[in-house]
Amino acid sequence: MLTEAWAGSVAAAARLSWDLHRDLRLVLQYPFMRNAFVAGAVAALMCGAIGWFAVLRGETYAAHTLASVAFPGASGAVYLGLAPLVGYFGFAVAGAALIAWLSPLGPGGGERHSATVGAVQAMALALGFWFVSLYQGFLSSLSGFLFGSFLGVTRDDVMVLAITALLALGLLAIVGRPLLFASVDPRVAEAAGVPVRAVSLLYLILLGCAVAEASQFTGVLLVLALLVVPAATASALTARPSVGLVLSVGLALVTVWAGLAAAYFTNRPVGFWVTSVGFAGYGLARGTASVRGRWTRRVVAA
Amino acid sequence: MSPAHPERNSVVEALDPPGPGPSPVGAPTVVAAGVAARAGGRLLFEGLDATVTAGQFVAVLGPNGAGKSTFLRMLLGLHPPAAGSLTVLGERPGRRNHDIGYLPQRRSFDSSVRIRGVDLVRLGVDGHRWGTPLPLVRRLFDRARFEQEQRHLDDVVARVGATAYGQRAIGEVSGGEQQRLLIAQALVRQPRLLLLDEPLDSLDLPNQQGVAALLQQISADGVTVVIVAHDVNPILGYLDQVIYIVGGRALAGPPETVITTENLSRLYGAPIEVIRTSSGQLVVVGQPDAASFHAH
Ligand SMILES: Nc1ncnc2c1ncn2[C@@H]1O[C@H](COP(=O)(O)OP(=O)(O)O)[C@@H](O)[C@H]1O
Ligand SMILES: [Mg+2]
Repeated sequence: MLTEAWAGSVAAAARLSWDLHRDLRLVLQYPFMRNAFVAGAVAALMCGAIGWFAVLRGETYAAHTLASVAFPGASGAVYLGLAPLVGYFGFAVAGAALIAWLSPLGPGGGERHSATVGAVQAMALALGFWFVSLYQGFLSSLSGFLFGSFLGVTRDDVMVLAITALLALGLLAIVGRPLLFASVDPRVAEAAGVPVRAVSLLYLILLGCAVAEASQFTGVLLVLALLVVPAATASALTARPSVGLVLSVGLALVTVWAGLAAAYFTNRPVGFWVTSVGFAGYGLARGTASVRGRWTRRVVAA
Repeated sequence: MSPAHPERNSVVEALDPPGPGPSPVGAPTVVAAGVAARAGGRLLFEGLDATVTAGQFVAVLGPNGAGKSTFLRMLLGLHPPAAGSLTVLGERPGRRNHDIGYLPQRRSFDSSVRIRGVDLVRLGVDGHRWGTPLPLVRRLFDRARFEQEQRHLDDVVARVGATAYGQRAIGEVSGGEQQRLLIAQALVRQPRLLLLDEPLDSLDLPNQQGVAALLQQISADGVTVVIVAHDVNPILGYLDQVIYIVGGRALAGPPETVITTENLSRLYGAPIEVIRTSSGQLVVVGQPDAASFHAH
């Protein structure tokens, strides 16, 4: 890709210093970086909130599968001469609907759900590879699809991402409480009048949108870095739903921005940095939680 | 009302009834006439005639797979009766679910579920309502209501004796503690009818007695309590009515008339003895389920 080589030469000139103000100016001097920071914030907002529910519901595998579904979407869109974004969204949302439709109802449905998800994932990866093989020329952007790239983000992309995020978060705000109920306690929620199946389908579609957004940065293979890792970190730190949700969004934002800045200064893939920052946070949180747990136990025992 | 157990557990003392709006004692809560249940293409039971009135404490008894859980789901309108008519709180099942507290059978949360017990209890009040509440915002703008709800929540959690661990993640507390919080969740909406599916299941003997006494007190407050039980003995002293479902048949009535050596032996097709102790309590000996319970 042309832009990649160009940005590489630019970034090579950028050196990190102790002067934060200068660093920030350096990072934000190019429009593509500004776009990436705004789009990253939008994706973080969405992934932090939707990812928190994914962790609560134990749907991380579904998230990963929807990312795999986004891969043939993006490669197929490029093959047909469309914007990759169209493919990401179209396929991720269709994949969500497919999973919801194929998932069995009734007792034991939860366990068999993961088998459905696995089947859809395998088919999606095969389809993506098929598109890649059809179109030899785009192999150079294959790594961008799989591991992420932030250089291609245009102002139009930012607009699309922001509007989608606004819609998705609006819907999430409407279904938030019944979704929480249906996630932790589906049978009582059903008895209380929550349309559990409809809410679950809607959630999977929102998850598909979040996956499509995150794929822009992290690539389809590293989506969980943004969608699940900050949420898991937040959940390790607090069991309060409202605090956890806000913390998850905040951590996703820090992860994305730190990852983007690190990628800029090191000229290394953004997916690597986003994942590393997120994972470091997760490790710290788990360590803290375990130390705190041991300490509490000792106090109780005393 | 049947005589309550003389000894009272600490659970019961910790409370202060949250003044629900129970129906006048004696009004019918559940009326079943010729009800039959079918699940998975199989007839579970038929010919159930029962009238449960407000404030009664009722046990649904029978072996595994008899259709006890299915009967509770029928009362909630989640499973249609195959025959007969069923009225719950004066309407057809499913219409008055906001007045019903429900505890499904054997739910447990593993340690990965990171949500506090009190959050789970709170969902019992408003979990079905759309929207996403932010406690911080509500505390600022709707302080009086927020604090009133909070007090009610604390009262109910205290009533089931779960104050000490309500703030911990639900997956971190023991099965019996989870059960108490789930009972609080069913209670917190101030139901007129409480449907509990094997609530004593994961409890040890003292806790079984504590929860049974608590349920008896709730029914004394005018709430109809229908409980599915494995072992009838811990609750036998409190019961106003029993519904036995065995071998495709269902039998309802006061414990003295239903729980007899002849009835049970006929229903189970096995010798079962009902003994009356010197204090006047009934004890069932040789009940297949009870035997399996005492084995572990
Ligand atoms: N939705 C359903 N689909 C198919 N079979 C069901 C369904 N619900 C219950 N059953 C069957 O009905 C029978 C009675 O179940 P249940 O009411 O749970 O019994 P109990 O609670 O008395 O042990 C069981 O054999 C169960 O497998
Ligand atoms: Mg059952």
